[in-house]
Parts: sequence; structure tokens; C-alpha cells
Amino acid sequence: MSTQPPVSPAPDERVESDRLLHDALAGGKLPRWAAPAAGVASLVLAFGLNVVTFVDGVAGTLVVAALLFATIQTGWSFAVEGRRHAVDRLATTLVYTTFLVALAPLVAILLTVVVRGLKALDLDFLLTSMRGVSPRAEGGGVYHAIIGTLEQVGIAAMIGIPLGIMTAIYLVEYAAQARSRRLARAVSFFVDVMTGVPSVVVGLFIYTAFVLTLGMERSGFAAALALTILMIPVVVRSTEEMLRIVPRDLREAAYALGIPKWRTILKVVLPTALGGIVTGAMLAVARIAGETAPLLLTTFMTTSINWNPFAGPQAALPTFIWDQFNSGTDASQDRAWAAALVLITIVMVLYLTAKIIARFTGVKR
Amino acid sequence: MAKRIDVADLDIYYGAFKAVEDVSLSVEPRSVTAFIGPSGCGKSTVLRSLNRMHEVIPGAYVDGNVLLDGQDIYASDVDPVNVRRTIGMVFQRPNPFPTMSIYENVIAGLRLEGGKRRKGEMDDVVEKSLRGANLWEEVKDRLSRPGSGLSGGQQQRLCIARAIAVEPQVLLMDEPCSALDPISTLAIEDLIEELKERFTIVIVTHNMQQAARVSDTTGFFNLSGVGKPGRLVEMAPTETMFSTPTQQATEDYISGRFG
Repeated sequence: MSTQPPVSPAPDERVESDRLLHDALAGGKLPRWAAPAAGVASLVLAFGLNVVTFVDGVAGTLVVAALLFATIQTGWSFAVEGRRHAVDRLATTLVYTTFLVALAPLVAILLTVVVRGLKALDLDFLLTSMRGVSPRAEGGGVYHAIIGTLEQVGIAAMIGIPLGIMTAIYLVEYAAQARSRRLARAVSFFVDVMTGVPSVVVGLFIYTAFVLTLGMERSGFAAALALTILMIPVVVRSTEEMLRIVPRDLREAAYALGIPKWRTILKVVLPTALGGIVTGAMLAVARIAGETAPLLLTTFMTTSINWNPFAGPQAALPTFIWDQFNSGTDASQDRAWAAALVLITIVMVLYLTAKIIARFTGVKR
Repeated sequence: MAKRIDVADLDIYYGAFKAVEDVSLSVEPRSVTAFIGPSGCGKSTVLRSLNRMHEVIPGAYVDGNVLLDGQDIYASDVDPVNVRRTIGMVFQRPNPFPTMSIYENVIAGLRLEGGKRRKGEMDDVVEKSLRGANLWEEVKDRLSRPGSGLSGGQQQRLCIARAIAVEPQVLLMDEPCSALDPISTLAIEDLIEELKERFTIVIVTHNMQQAARVSDTTGFFNLSGVGKPGRLVEMAPTETMFSTPTQQATEDYISGRFG
């Protein structure tokens, strides 16, 4: 260390070097209002084009406005801020736009279903069946279809979720041993194949196997079996993913305490992965709750209440919607939309309940 | 209560790969034995074979004898689950169960091994184990909070409490301080000194000062060459080991002139 104070340069020199350093660090910058301004400008321009040229309608105007916005903002930024900032702004614009585009159908569906569904939805609609109500007449309801859907989906979930979770446990926890690896690969392969089988084919299979071959009658239970086949691969895959991200450390910690493997899986691994497993299972339930084709083949439809899933045709919300929409009258279309709203609500309530339960039993935060 | 361990002619394999060769050593009851050596020399593997934890990895097996007070833990009628109840283990990274509270973490071993116990008895075990791990004063007012909310050093002491709650005879520690700061490390080292009164302790460490501070006996492991199995080069009382080692390799490693 030198004891002498550093020689300070002459004032002019210092100002000059400060300025050079500042220039090296700083760069041009668009004002904070640049993005909103570009947005307003492109909207105004798009509406202008709307008047004078071929651009037509709200959607067309919005697309043109978006393109103009990207061009104006990127060009402006390129001129003032340089290439890197311009590319950054363009990429940001793209990401937000794709997000909005992906979100738009979801919002549109929810809005349409709520707005149109509320027209026919009241307590009577929930608590009466369609027995003796002609398609043209107002009134009637989805009581019989709610019973059918809850029973069919309930049975399918009761069979499918445990089967799916146990398959995933086998694949993740037990199949690592060398001698069962080939079986595991086969199971994994067929789960993938099952994911790809169209639901109508599954309906046909249950119809052939149970109704034609075994001589069972068409029933809600047959429908539930078809739905089970559809949900198993979804449950297996999601549970498998969740089990795989449970750290190895936790299993080892449990083994080192002298806890047997099955208890480790039951009390340590499954609770740790519970949140994700529940989400996956509920997504599978949501998927099968809306299936229509297999129901038409396995339980058909009825306008009457049938509490017994093991005998006779049973209604369900998807087939109800399909039937009412096909009838084509104003009253039946309103009923179809109201039933769609009921279906979405049921799935949402199931999902939220499951998430709340998982929150209070899973990983503590 | 604490028991001795005798290892004779132990070879450890991962499938076709021989990871450790020809290890023979003895661990005295109520003592601390440290394993030191460079990374990948098999010291953790040897440690894990002492309570059959290495078998968790598919394809792993041993050839040779590990005797716990004369009883072969690899005999065909021995259940590895029972071995691990007798010989507990603490890992490198603190790993409390994230779904459980501090209280539940401590009694996890007792509850999950299936025995039924009264609530009062459990409370006693929790207090005794947490006191044994020098953690009681810090957590006694928040036993129902999640274990993952503690600091790293506290989590590691929670894991030690969890391990000693099942009353093992031997406690294996696989680099228990390598993820901790110096103050937490000191806390754990003090704890090892106290635990020695009740348990036989074997510790793997990368920190030679730590081995010198806490252990009575030290074993030095090394690879016999690239791709060759690791072996126990030398084992001696810690003082002798750090002052007058008999092997050149040991002296090079301890004095930092390794390689």
C-alpha cells in the first residue's frame, strides 16, 4: 500500500473521464410511457384502416393493432435503444400475445356457458327430471342426469384412481429391481397406448365385452367401466411424475430409521407427493366427466330418474347436453347450456374440494 | 447398550463394479471412528454397508462379514429392516420429512415401525431425543410447526434426534456437517462428543480437522488407482494417525500433498 494520496487529475480531465465512463455504461432509453403510447397509436391506426380499407370486424382490427404495435414499438426501440432492447421488447410482446391468445378461448367458453346457462338454470331445473317433458316445452331438468354422472364418475374414480396410483407405485418404487424391469417396460408401454385409444373405441369395447359377450344389460356401471379405462392412464402418468420428484433422501431417511418399505411408501412418499397426485386424479375425473361417446354405447339415455347404476339405461350430463342440443328448439338449447354450466360447476367443486383436502394433509409450509 | 462392529474381508459391489475391496476393521463401543479419504474412495459405501443401506441401490451386494457384537448382519436369516433399527444413520443433507411437524419427525421411526405407544410416552421420547440432540430449548415452543421451517443446522440436529429416538446401538453419520456453516458444525461436533457416551459412532468426513477433533480412531481410505476399487489404507488411533502415520499415502493426504 502506498502511503501517498493518489494524485488527483486536473478538473477538466476528471470531467472528461467521468463522461466517457458514463457513456460506456448508459444507453438510450425509451420513456416509461412508450409502450402504452405505442399501444394507443396502433389501436387508432387500426381503426383508421378499418374505415378506409379491407380490414374488417373486431377480430381483424385487433390482429392488425397487435401487428402494428409490435412493429412500432420494436422500430422505435431499435432507433433509440439499440438492437438488444428492440429484440427484448419484441420477444416480450410475443410472449404476452401468445398468452392472451391461449387464454382467450378459455375465457370465452366460461363466459358463454355462464351467460347462456343461467337462462334456464334454477332450483327446479336441478331437482326435476325430463320425464314427460317434450323437447319443445319449457321446464324439465337435469336431476336424473346429475345422479347418473355422479354415480358413473364416482364408480369410475373409485376403481380407476386406486388402480392408477398403485400401478404408478409399482413402476416407480418396485420396478427398479432388475428382474422386474421388463414387466415394467411393458406396463409403461401399454399405459402409453391406452392414453391414445379414442374414447368411442373404449365404449365399443365395453359394449362388446360386457353387453354382447357377457350378456350384461346396458347400465351406468358399464359406462363407469368405460370411463375407468379412460382415466387409468392419466392417473398413472401424473402419479408417476409426482412420485419420481420425491427426493431419494426422504426414502433413505425412512429406511435408515428401520421403517419397512411399504410403510415408507404409504407414510412418507405418498404424503409428500399428495398435492400433485390429487391434481392429476382430479384432472382425470374432469376429463371423463365430459365424455359422451362411450356413454351412448354403454348406458344410452333416458328421461327418467334411475338410481340403480347396475340396471337399465341411465342419464348423464354429457349425453343430456348432446340430446337437448340435438332437439334444436329454444327451450332445449337453453337446457343444454344450463346442463353444461352444471357439469362445469360439478367438476370445479370436486377439484377445489380435493385441493383443499390435499393442502391440509400434504407437505407443510 | 452400545455395541462393537467388526468387519472382515469386505468387498462391496454395485452390479459388476467392485467399489470397495478387502476392508477389515473394528469399531469399539462408545467411541467415535472417523473415515477420511478423497472423493469416490468408497468410505461412504463402507459406511452404508454397515447398516445395509447400500442395498437400497439396485444391484448392490457385499462379500465378506460385518459382525455386530459377533452377530453377522448379512446372515441369511437377518432382516435388513431390523439391522437399520439397531444401526441408525444421519445423512449429508438434512432430510426431515416435509409432511410432518417437528414432533412427528422425531417420533417417525417409532410410529412408522408399527408399535403402539401411549401419548405420554411419545411426549417423553420427543423431549428426551430433542434434548439429546441439543435442540429442545430452540424448538420446545413450536413442536407442531413443520420441520422444514428450521435452519439447516437445526434440521440436521432434528435428523439426529429422529435417529436417536429409536434407541439404536450404533449411529452412522455420512458427512453430517458438509452442508452446514461453521457454527452449526461446532454444535454438531459438541453433540457427537456427548452422544459418544451412549452410542457407538462412525462418521465419514471430508474435513480432516473435524476428524482430528471428534474421533478416537481414524481410518484412511484411498483408491488403488483410477477405475480400481477403494481400499482401507490405514487405521489407527487418531493421534497416531495425524502425527506419525505409517503409510506414505496417509501422510501425503493428511499434510495436503495428495496426488
